[in-house]
Amino acid sequence: MDLFLHLCVMIFIYIIFAMSLNLEVGYTGLFNFGHVAFFGIGAYTSALLTLQRVPFELSLLIALAMAGLWGFFISIPSLKLRGDYFGIVTLGFGEIIRMVFQNEVWLTKGPMGLPGIPKPVLFTYQFGTLPQYLLLTFGFAAITFLILRIILRSPFGRVLKAIREDEVAAETLGKNVFFFRIKSFVIGSLFAGLAGTLWGHYTTFISPGDFTLLETILVLLIVVLGGKGTQWGPVLGAFVLIFFQESLRFLRLPAEWTRYLAPLQQMIFGGLLIVLMIFRPEGLLKEKGRVSNAGN
Amino acid sequence: MLEIKGLSKSFGGIRAVSDCTLELRDYTIAGLIGPNGSGKTTLFNLITGSLPLDRGEIYFEGKRIDGRLPHEVAWEGIIRTFQLTRIFPKMTVLENMLLAPPHQTGENFWSLWFKRRRIRNEEKEHLEKALELIDRVGLSHLKNQFAENLSYGQQKLLELVRVVMAEPKIILLDEPTAGINPSMIRRMMELILKIKMSGKVFFIIEHNMDVIIELCDWVFVLDNGEKIAEGKPKEIQNNPRVIEAYLGV
Repeated sequence: MDLFLHLCVMIFIYIIFAMSLNLEVGYTGLFNFGHVAFFGIGAYTSALLTLQRVPFELSLLIALAMAGLWGFFISIPSLKLRGDYFGIVTLGFGEIIRMVFQNEVWLTKGPMGLPGIPKPVLFTYQFGTLPQYLLLTFGFAAITFLILRIILRSPFGRVLKAIREDEVAAETLGKNVFFFRIKSFVIGSLFAGLAGTLWGHYTTFISPGDFTLLETILVLLIVVLGGKGTQWGPVLGAFVLIFFQESLRFLRLPAEWTRYLAPLQQMIFGGLLIVLMIFRPEGLLKEKGRVSNAGN
Repeated sequence: MLEIKGLSKSFGGIRAVSDCTLELRDYTIAGLIGPNGSGKTTLFNLITGSLPLDRGEIYFEGKRIDGRLPHEVAWEGIIRTFQLTRIFPKMTVLENMLLAPPHQTGENFWSLWFKRRRIRNEEKEHLEKALELIDRVGLSHLKNQFAENLSYGQQKLLELVRVVMAEPKIILLDEPTAGINPSMIRRMMELILKIKMSGKVFFIIEHNMDVIIELCDWVFVLDNGEKIAEGKPKEIQNNPRVIEAYLGV
C-alpha cells in the first residue's frame, strides 16, 4: 500500500514538472534541455529556508520566485537565439546550476547534500504521512493543471502556439515574439520550481546528483510520450513512465544484477525517446485543434 | 500614405534595392512589378522591418517607421503576406483567424485573471467577424480543420482573410495569385476589390499582368533594385524601358 502511495506522490510531482515543460516545449516550441535546473533551484531554495526554520508557506513562495527569476535571467540572453542554439544554452545552464549546487559548499553543503528537510506545514496542518503528502501533491497538481488550462485556452496561449508554428508570421501579425517567449519560459520555470520544492520536502534529502541531465531527459520523455501540446499528455506520460521507473526499484533481482539496472534504465529511456521521435512523434495523445473559448 | 525615400539595401556586393523612392496614395491598389531578382520582395522586407536597411527613410502617415521591429511596424497597420504562404499549420482555420486581431486583451497575461468578461466579449466579436470572412472565401466547412490540411489555394485565401482580421491600413501582398488556378484567382481578385472598398490600401507584387491591369490603379516597376518607371497600368505596358527590362529586347 505504501508503495502504491509513494508511486502516486511521485507521479503527481512529475505531472507538475512535465506540465511546466510542456508549456515550453509543446506549446511555445522552446526546446529547453536544462529544465531540471529550475526543479533544483526550487528544491534547494525551499530546503535551505525551511532548514533555517522559515515557515513552509513563505519558503515555497520564495522558491517559486527564485525559479521564476532565474528563468527570467536566463531567458533574456538565450531567447535571442533560435532553435537548436537555444537548446544548447539551456543544456549548459542546467549543468552550471548543478555545479553551483556541488561547489558552493558554504550554501549547499556540496556533494554532502542537505539531509533532514522538514515535512511541509501549511497553515498549521502538517503533511507528515504518506496519504497526507499525496493529498498535498494532488492538490498542487490540480491547481497547476487548472492554471495552465486557463492560460493555454486563452488568446495568450494561442499566441504561444502561433510562435511555435511560425514565428515570422506571428511577428508580422504584430505579436512580440520575444516577450511571449520570455513569459512562457518564466511561467514554465516557476512551475518546475514548484515541482522541485514538493519533491525536496518529500524525499527530505537532496544532493547535486539528483539534478542531472537525466532528470531533464526523463521529464522530456514524459512530455513526448504523453503527447506534447496537449493538456492530458504529460499526465498520462507521467503515469506510464514513473510507474515503470519506480517499479524497477522494487524488483527483487539478484544482487549482482542491480548494478546494471540504472544504466539499463537510461538506455531504455534513451531508446524510447528515439523510437518515439521516429514512429510516433505526436505521442500517445494527439493534439487537436481548438478554438479558444476563454472563460467558458 | 506610405512614403519611401532613397531606400538602399545591399547583400554582399549585390545591390538588391538601390536609391528607391516611391509614394503610395490613399484609396489605391498599387502594383509592384519587375523581373525575378529585381528586389521586390526585398523592398517588402525593408518596409515591414524584417530586414535592416542600409540607407533611406520610410514614412507612414507622416511618421518615420524605418528601424522598427516587425511587430512594431505591424502595430502601425502595415500587414503583409508571403510569397510562400505562412499559415500556422497545426492550428485550425479559425484559430489562424482569431490570432490576427491586434492588441487583444487576452494576450496580456494579467488580464487573463482580472478581465475575463472583457476577453470573452472580445473573443465573441472576433469569432463573428472571422466566421463571416471565411464564409466569404468559401472555407466555412473547413473552419475546424488544421490549416495544414487545406490546399495551397485555400491556404492563400486564408492568409489573405487573416490579414484582414489584423485590421491593417495597408496590406502588402507578395504574389497573391502565384500557383493557384484561374477560378481561385477570380475569387481572390474579387475579394481584394471588396476589401479595398472598406478603405484599405494595397501594395501588390504580381507577375500576372492581367491581374495587375485589372486591379491596380498605379504600378511601380523595379529592375535591378531601381525604380525604372511608374504610372497607370496601361501606360506602363507600353513603356519601352519596361518592355526592355521584362523581355530583354
